[in-house]
Amino acid sequence: MPSKVERWKDEAYGMEVRDHLLRFAEEGWDAIPEDEHDAWFERFKWWGLYHQRKGQESYFMMRIGTPMGRMTPEQLRTVGEVANEYATGPVDNPEFGEAYADFTTRQSIQLHWIKVEDIADIWEELESVGLSTMQACGDSWRNIVGSPVAGRDADELIDVWPIVQELHETFKGNDLYANLPRKWKVAMTGDRRGSGQGDINDLAFEPATKEIDGEEVEGFNVNVGGGLSRKEPRFARDIDVFCRPENAADVAAGMSALFRDYGDREDRFNARIKFLMDEWGPEKMRSVLQEEYVDYELPTAGEGLRDEYDYNAGRSDSHGDYVGVHDQSDGQNFVGLYVTVGRMSAEDVIDLADMAQEYGSEMIGLTQRQNLIVGDIADEDLDDFLDEDLLDEHSPDPHPFMRGSIACTGTEYCSLSIVETKNRMVRYGRWLRDNVPLPEGVDDFHIHLSGCTASCAQPQIADISLRGMKTRKDGDAVEAFDIGLGGGLGENPTFADWVKMRVPADEVPGYIANLLEAFEEERDSPEQSFRDFVAERDEDELAGLADGEETSYEDPYLGNTKMTWYPYAEDTSMDASPAPTDGTGEPLPSDD
Amino acid sequence: MTTSVHQLDDGAWVSVNDSREVNVSDLWRLARHDFCRCRLADFLVEGFVEVAPDGADVEARVAGRCIQCGASGVTDWLTLGRVDPETDEFRPVVPESVHVPGRRSRLATPP
Repeated sequence: MPSKVERWKDEAYGMEVRDHLLRFAEEGWDAIPEDEHDAWFERFKWWGLYHQRKGQESYFMMRIGTPMGRMTPEQLRTVGEVANEYATGPVDNPEFGEAYADFTTRQSIQLHWIKVEDIADIWEELESVGLSTMQACGDSWRNIVGSPVAGRDADELIDVWPIVQELHETFKGNDLYANLPRKWKVAMTGDRRGSGQGDINDLAFEPATKEIDGEEVEGFNVNVGGGLSRKEPRFARDIDVFCRPENAADVAAGMSALFRDYGDREDRFNARIKFLMDEWGPEKMRSVLQEEYVDYELPTAGEGLRDEYDYNAGRSDSHGDYVGVHDQSDGQNFVGLYVTVGRMSAEDVIDLADMAQEYGSEMIGLTQRQNLIVGDIADEDLDDFLDEDLLDEHSPDPHPFMRGSIACTGTEYCSLSIVETKNRMVRYGRWLRDNVPLPEGVDDFHIHLSGCTASCAQPQIADISLRGMKTRKDGDAVEAFDIGLGGGLGENPTFADWVKMRVPADEVPGYIANLLEAFEEERDSPEQSFRDFVAERDEDELAGLADGEETSYEDPYLGNTKMTWYPYAEDTSMDASPAPTDGTGEPLPSDD
Repeated sequence: MTTSVHQLDDGAWVSVNDSREVNVSDLWRLARHDFCRCRLADFLVEGFVEVAPDGADVEARVAGRCIQCGASGVTDWLTLGRVDPETDEFRPVVPESVHVPGRRSRLATPP
């Protein structure tokens, strides 16, 4: 029997939900029938709106999908303006202030505290510059990820930007693919870095070459079924298909139609294509694609470039990100800037967009490591650009502990999270920077902090993986983390080994300090990467390397932040919540 | 009145009659259970896998972990609370009190 969500989707889903949203925007929060809340909030996701957690009723997270994280300075400025005007809540965040934008690990933008009454005005502003919230969440084609500097990167095989634009145009707002069993995440990589992180996507196009009829053809190998959620991580598997760039839309259409028709619509926990891949295996996946969904003969896989991949690969010979100054193929430069856990104040977003425009940049990039790139900086302008005050905060050369930090949304807004994340990761990063010497030769160290098993911060593919948990300390329930080590992508993708469980959150910085001390003492040589060091050891050895420890680090969020209506409010109790509110932010009378 | 119950947002919470009532992240004490070997499991709720009404009761199978021994998995059916037949108001159980998971006598989904 189809799940309840499937029945709601059958009644209304996709494009048609827009008109309903516009009606609710006009009539206000109260116009959404109370006994239809669950159904409507599920449908709103298709238009990028996610109802915030308990205690924050009537407020939404809004996601804007930017294909490959690629934007113009004008678009970035508009995001900043929208954040300033509409994304302000009843209480400021102590680290990030009143209004801010979050850059996500799938190269999208998230704004919080959005009221349904403002949707029409926000869409008008966003759509006037070519931005959209369509299919940013929900069961359909999500934002396509890849390198934002495609076509500019001096280190690539194929410029995939025109292909990604074609896929985006083809599969956004397309009724044939609007209602899938679950989300559908696609990555396309054309560079030699592996920056699309295709291994953790449902469908991945990886750069490859193949000799066909005596001619070497550039294109993609096709992998299917990656994903990290629900303690069921999978790397996408090779289905032995080579795809020419001109066939990418056909193969993508075939694979997403296969998922639409064969994916599990009865059990949402079993719906992602990774589970169909578990059941079928790559051979059957290929044969069903060939026989039922593609009308030309699929070539077998070509020669990939995996041995060159260094993005988030934990290599000691190269940085695994885009931070810093890089050559463009046209002789100019792109500059990767660090953004603290992917969150930037609305004011800085606007200033950065203006600055990029002043320097003649035509491209802003959002990366999967929650950072931001400004493209097209001429050699003669580079020194001036690097001297800009804004780069003191958003540095092209941040401390490795700051540079490598990623965090998801956490209990601040998210229903699923077990623990507070972003503000805590900021505090971890600062404490580590100020108190822990980096082992010699380590200038890149990735710590990914995720609030729960949904794995939005991609915890399984980091040097240190932190996943939200609870434990008891002196009898009291406290927020904690399971700790994994040694994950990463690259030539041989590996998931972290979970070696230390339920470490109280205030003892995690001490654990990391102890661990790095052990690493420096025990590693083979200063050239050995942390990832290689971990790979050499079994689980017991890894567990014995270090223990959690209280230090001078103080954690203000150790209690149960999920019990609060907002963790940083003066009165955090659920009863103190002003939600739900009307369009002006005034509390609505309760039914009691 | 029929009670409408759903688990939503990847099992993050349970809705009773379109109102968010029970969340992940609480610790529940489980007794007389076969989830792990702890006499009294200290169970962290990480996700609601299945939810169904049983008369006035709302019950769920819950994914999570015992934070004493580290065992993880899915519980048998647990009572989350009860809908007051007079007022239709949902009255949740207190997670910190002791709960006994059990097999359901009725089907979760009517045939």
